[in-house]
Amino acid sequence: MSYEQSAHFAETWGLGLLALCFAGAVLYALWPGNGEKFKHAARAALDDGGEDGQ
Amino acid sequence: MATAVDSRDGHADAFAIAAIIVLGAFFALWGAANATDRAFAIQMWTALTAFLVGGVMLTHQLGRGAVAAVTRYQDGVVKAGVIASMFWGVAGFVVGLVIALQLAFPDIFYFPDFGWTNFGRLRPLHTSAVIFAFGGNVLIATSFYVVQRTCRARLAGGLWPWFVFWGYNFFIVLAGTGYLLGITAGREYAEPPWYADIWLTLVWVVYLLVFLATIWRRQEKHIYVANWFYLAFIVTVALLHIVNNIAIPVSLSGWYSYSLFSGVQDALTQWWYGHNAVGFFLTAGFLGIMYYFIPKRADRPVYSYRLSIIHFWALIFLYIWAGPHHLHYTALPQWAQTLGATFSIMLWMPSWGGMINGLMTLSGAWDKLRTDPVLRMLVVSVAFYGMSTFEGPVMSIRAVNSLSHYTDWTIGHVHSGALGWVGFVSFGALYCLVPWLWKRERLHSNALVEWHFWLSTIGIVLYITSMWISGVMEGLMLRAYNEFGFLQYAFIETVDAKVLLNIIRALGGGLFAVGALVMAYNLWRTATGSAPAHERASDVPAQPAAVAAE
Repeated sequence: MSYEQSAHFAETWGLGLLALCFAGAVLYALWPGNGEKFKHAARAALDDGGEDGQ
Repeated sequence: MATAVDSRDGHADAFAIAAIIVLGAFFALWGAANATDRAFAIQMWTALTAFLVGGVMLTHQLGRGAVAAVTRYQDGVVKAGVIASMFWGVAGFVVGLVIALQLAFPDIFYFPDFGWTNFGRLRPLHTSAVIFAFGGNVLIATSFYVVQRTCRARLAGGLWPWFVFWGYNFFIVLAGTGYLLGITAGREYAEPPWYADIWLTLVWVVYLLVFLATIWRRQEKHIYVANWFYLAFIVTVALLHIVNNIAIPVSLSGWYSYSLFSGVQDALTQWWYGHNAVGFFLTAGFLGIMYYFIPKRADRPVYSYRLSIIHFWALIFLYIWAGPHHLHYTALPQWAQTLGATFSIMLWMPSWGGMINGLMTLSGAWDKLRTDPVLRMLVVSVAFYGMSTFEGPVMSIRAVNSLSHYTDWTIGHVHSGALGWVGFVSFGALYCLVPWLWKRERLHSNALVEWHFWLSTIGIVLYITSMWISGVMEGLMLRAYNEFGFLQYAFIETVDAKVLLNIIRALGGGLFAVGALVMAYNLWRTATGSAPAHERASDVPAQPAAVAAE
């Protein structure tokens, strides 16, 4: 693969792929159905049962 | 329950570690016997000693036989990490103070007969000690602590976490003593020689596997965001370390090696590594600390969990492109420089999103800042995170960079991030961890934490303000022309003009180092001492207030 070919790939498909992945991550974060799960997760540090894990 | 199962079945871990130790000792002995130079010979004897000590420790561990009662969480290795962090922290800060003084008084602690007292050798010792020895041990210790709690699973891998801890610290010793001997790979923040790089690769892959295997056996469905940050840190550092250090040794019995990269490609590779060492080692990993210890200490849930996910992915997608801003006005193509600066400016958004998320986690618990100096330390660290991630993008703009680059401004910027953000968030986490791990109800003294907080804060302010003034002055002097079109100042004139500011910087660094000593004393007393029980209860910071605020 020449430099031109790899640069072309990065500037088109690569860029699109990264943008799509990022959009997917944002969608996941904002998806209304995940609200309950995230509410629970936000307390993960508090509900870990302390140092003994009891 | 699965948590009660310790993977000591068959001693597979012990046999594998024993094989690594035997092989390592063999190579070290071979290297020592065939060494082409004295420095390499010393390194190999050091390595041989380390492997022999490792063998003794492993034998001792096996000799103790099966542990009858397996605790739910593996905390021994976390304790070891806390001790190592404090030790390396103090060592790194003191060496930093020495080289800061050397910049103001060149003859101080410099003996021409002892080459290792030279600034050029002590400087990488300082940077590696604070970033990799202090920061790295804090990250290993906290990641092992946090992943177990948030996954409700015991650390996987039996003895392997111990291999990670000792293997990593052996790497630190090998690299640090190497710098003093004059050994360097000549790559900033990646100075260790090729054999140390290979060893670190092995240790780091084991670290990744231990972390992944622990997540794999989790009893929570969702993987908590702090673990994502830790995982990104571990994976990316593996990638950065391997690519940046691809090199061919001149001889297997000497330390010198040549990088496979050359010219501007080499420069770009080094700063792709260098800036992402900041982004993933000094930021992502420590954000993992922020997302566990701030909610825990404040006893409040994460302000916005959705924001924490966006914070994470935006940081991951953007940071990796920012490296070229270190190479403005160089042979690097201008489009690449612009790309680096553009992504650096875009990084404002996730950085400040994360800062706001960290600070707002205190909503409903702001009163605790008055009573709990540990929480205050954690919060100030997030404020410094916001400040240095604001300053960084500004400095990545080409016009600003033309003034700030190659001056003390850069040093000031780095230290506002390193002392303010990384240092304070680590101190906060260590102050939390010691009472938790050693089963004490409180720290030995909250007053000493107050002292540490103010000594360090004043130290940082002196440090960064003096470096701003010094940097801007230096930058303006270096670009000043006289009426004939000649440079107005010789380089040495800028050095002369900076003396007072360098003394103020050393004073700031000295206060920071004294603060760390106060901390070490406090933690030592906390771990070994026993505060009377009636005193303890009063010191749990402001619990009722949080309930009222809800």
